[in-house]
Amino acid sequence: MTELTHLTIADALKGLEKKDFTATELTKAHVDAMAAAKSLNAFVTETPELAMRQAAESDKRRAAGKAGPLDGIPLAIKDLFCTKGVRTTASSHMLENFVPTYESTVSANLFRDGAVMLGKTSLDEFAMGSSNTTSYFGNVINPWKSGNGKDLVPGGSSGGSAAIVAARAAMGATGTDTGGSIRQPAAFCGIAGIKPTYGRCSRWGVIAFASSLDQAGVFARTTRDCAILLKSAAGFDPKDSTSANKPVPDYEAALTGNIKGLKVGIPKEYNVEGMPEEIARIWQQGTEWLKDSGAQIVDVSLPHTKYALATYYIIAPAEASSNLARYDGVRYGLREPGNDLREVYENTRAKGFGDEVKRRIMIGTYVLSAGYYDAYYIKAQKVRRLIAEDFTKAFQQCEVLLTPTAPSAAFAIGENQDDPIKMYLNDVFTVPASMAGVPGMSVPAGLNADGLPLGLQIIGRPWEEETVFRVSDVIEQKAAFTALPQTLRKKAA
Amino acid sequence: MSTLVQGETGQWEVVIGMEVHAQVIEESKLFSGASTKFGAEPNTQVSLVDAAMPGMLPVLNERAVEQAVKTGLGLNSQINKHSVFARKNYFYPDLPQGYQISQYDQPIVGKGKIEIDLKDGQTKEIGITRLHLEQDAGKSVHDQHPSKSYVDLNRSGCALMEIVSEPDIRGAEEATAYLSKLRMILRYLGTCDGNMEEGSMRADVNVSVRKPGDNLGTRAEIKNVNSVKAVQMAVEYEVARQIALIEGGGKVVQETRLWDPDKGETRSMRSKEEAHDYRYFPDPDLLPLELSEELIEKVRKTLPELPDQKKHRFVEKFGLSGYDANVLIAEKERADYFEDVAKGRDAKQAANWVINELLGILNKNGIEITDSPVKAAQLGGLIDLITDNTISGKIAKDVFAEMYKTGKDAAAIVEEKGLKQVTDTGAIEKIVDAVIAANPDNVAAYKSGKDKLFGFFVGQVMKETQGKANPAVVNELLKKKLS
Repeated sequence: MTELTHLTIADALKGLEKKDFTATELTKAHVDAMAAAKSLNAFVTETPELAMRQAAESDKRRAAGKAGPLDGIPLAIKDLFCTKGVRTTASSHMLENFVPTYESTVSANLFRDGAVMLGKTSLDEFAMGSSNTTSYFGNVINPWKSGNGKDLVPGGSSGGSAAIVAARAAMGATGTDTGGSIRQPAAFCGIAGIKPTYGRCSRWGVIAFASSLDQAGVFARTTRDCAILLKSAAGFDPKDSTSANKPVPDYEAALTGNIKGLKVGIPKEYNVEGMPEEIARIWQQGTEWLKDSGAQIVDVSLPHTKYALATYYIIAPAEASSNLARYDGVRYGLREPGNDLREVYENTRAKGFGDEVKRRIMIGTYVLSAGYYDAYYIKAQKVRRLIAEDFTKAFQQCEVLLTPTAPSAAFAIGENQDDPIKMYLNDVFTVPASMAGVPGMSVPAGLNADGLPLGLQIIGRPWEEETVFRVSDVIEQKAAFTALPQTLRKKAA
Repeated sequence: MSTLVQGETGQWEVVIGMEVHAQVIEESKLFSGASTKFGAEPNTQVSLVDAAMPGMLPVLNERAVEQAVKTGLGLNSQINKHSVFARKNYFYPDLPQGYQISQYDQPIVGKGKIEIDLKDGQTKEIGITRLHLEQDAGKSVHDQHPSKSYVDLNRSGCALMEIVSEPDIRGAEEATAYLSKLRMILRYLGTCDGNMEEGSMRADVNVSVRKPGDNLGTRAEIKNVNSVKAVQMAVEYEVARQIALIEGGGKVVQETRLWDPDKGETRSMRSKEEAHDYRYFPDPDLLPLELSEELIEKVRKTLPELPDQKKHRFVEKFGLSGYDANVLIAEKERADYFEDVAKGRDAKQAANWVINELLGILNKNGIEITDSPVKAAQLGGLIDLITDNTISGKIAKDVFAEMYKTGKDAAAIVEEKGLKQVTDTGAIEKIVDAVIAANPDNVAAYKSGKDKLFGFFVGQVMKETQGKANPAVVNELLKKKLS
């Protein structure tokens, strides 16, 4: 049954349709793979029984000729999406026992189309982090290993989702991306992941980190699979005032392989000082591939790039400090007793939140405070507008941008841990697109000298995910990335 | 009229600005579909959004927005086509999100003004600084358990309008007049029921004092002032406190004070230093609110005639006094009743009947005009009987009392009780003659110059006719016969 877990979603849908196997068999194979991948600690909550039940229902629907576009495909759901009747923790002690009575719009859309849920994947607590080391439920381990055998981070914040898809224990997964939380873990785990345009996917039922930046997206092992998943996940939702009332195109149809004459911008500011040679090399390689495929390479400038990270670390914590105020021990979630109201608040929040969350709440509270608001928050909003204008101008010269996804391959667990600034630098290439609200995708492009995957990022114009997918697909064809994580290779041996 | 207050060291000018929170009349909450009905069981009108469950998002209720626009137009204010919802951050158990969605530097309604009516018949303009939309909080209940508090979220998320006045108000009378007028306008508009007992209208009063001509004094904000009477008492108390404080060598500190209606005093809640830093910032869950000219015009078309317009019309068209007009417009239903009565009749007479007779007895019995046992058409019918000389004004009062008791029409009562006025000159003349014949002494006294006795003769004639004789005919005949 192992080969079932190595199928792409596109092929699995064909196999199900041809009755080569059932959804029950496909799901069972993944439930078994989940058990085998337990050491990765990718899930906060596994739901194998629910998955098998959903798979049986899927088989019935298919037999009745009523199969949906994703019917019978086993997926993992990031534990930031509220799932009805299944606990949803945001990887926080605060919500350790929180069971929503409602289903997030994105997961509801996937289930509407027939998807099967394997479980809820771990993340950095409240999606704050780039290494999945801030989860209350422990580190997630990347299925890829470095040469010295050290455990590596899967990236973050959607680290559990990326790790489990890379480990062939889920065919795809949902993620959320606030500053790179889909793209960077996709790159670290050697899979594909897309953050669509802000407003493309509903945020309703997704536990908020930074509302003006949070955007749901998907992971899979191929561009085509991402296109299939996003088609189901996306769509207008009147319950989210920032969701866009625009039709969702057939993304899969955009994968024509034809990028002749397409203008691809290479932003010079992404050539940051101290960029590792392997990153520069893979970027150069990607550029060559696109050129070979008939694209026209254009040098562009995004002059405010260097301010993006600083700006992000003002706006995101500011919004987070307010978004997380509702976790007060009064109505749901953790409550730590105290002698008076103030103590209940202090005890609950002291115990319920981890260090990184506390750090960001404090930064956010500070930058919104009287006397600092203008200097930090207002200034950051102005710079954010300039960053967005950079993209608008660049997209007058080109249709997509090509950049590295992250400044390094996956690093060892514990590395960067005591240096938040260095940790924050992980998002240097992904944050600007988040600030501008434009779509960005990471696609695996090759391995570094240590045998670890590296990703390239394609950034598109607002609402033009189709072009992003088309370019990503071309890179994927050229890269012919077939390497498996070492942990899977060992098992095969 | 002087609004100055006499202190030990001379006269003081009182400067007041008010912030009134008015709950919007609207079935659903400002950002959720939950019901806003008053008086439901605790926590039965709470949506996932109102309880701030994780991942929940606000969606603006457009009808509440239209109510705010309508109110802005009714306050002669500028409607801002672009406004922004902001988060006001603070922790409290009845504030589930940990922030209130409000409007900060870009409110939906800007500057305007209203006219207030003072006791001496004068009017004064009070500036409106702004009106903004915001969510109400829930309610903390402290008296159900010895050591715990309970929270009722039914009110959480209901739409409020905060209406801020300019510091144009001078003294307690103007403050109560402002609140009354504002309440009246909102009730006319149908945007707030103005029910202060149920808390659908609440006032915060900013009070300071200064020597006339000086710069503004330091103000204290008084919270929990929840009736017109309380505004009067709280302002008077606070003004006296501040004057005594300054005259005693002290200084007023900027602070928030709470009005205690039981003790009749204000007391310090928190100082400026202890004031919250609310960390306002634009709510990223909501787009800026953009209003189209079409929407504003659509709302403008639904505006009713407002109290001041009505008052001016009553004075100009009907020739009523300003006082009478004010009494009639105080409630829209009252004004409507009056206009029904006055239609096709003498307006002043209609006003007299409504104000002196009808409102007199309704107020005495605590009955609303909409529940009056005498309907407008019936009161009109009574006036018609006076006008066509069927009954006298005096008899009419008795008929009215009977109408109020039984709900019957005036004509039916007059018929039933045989109260029709006697206008038959011959019949009245006989009685006049009899009265003159029976009182020779008085006739002699009258003729010798005691004019006042004329009334005596009228009274005697009326007594003989059980008041039914037409007074004009009686007067005419008596004058003729006694001359």
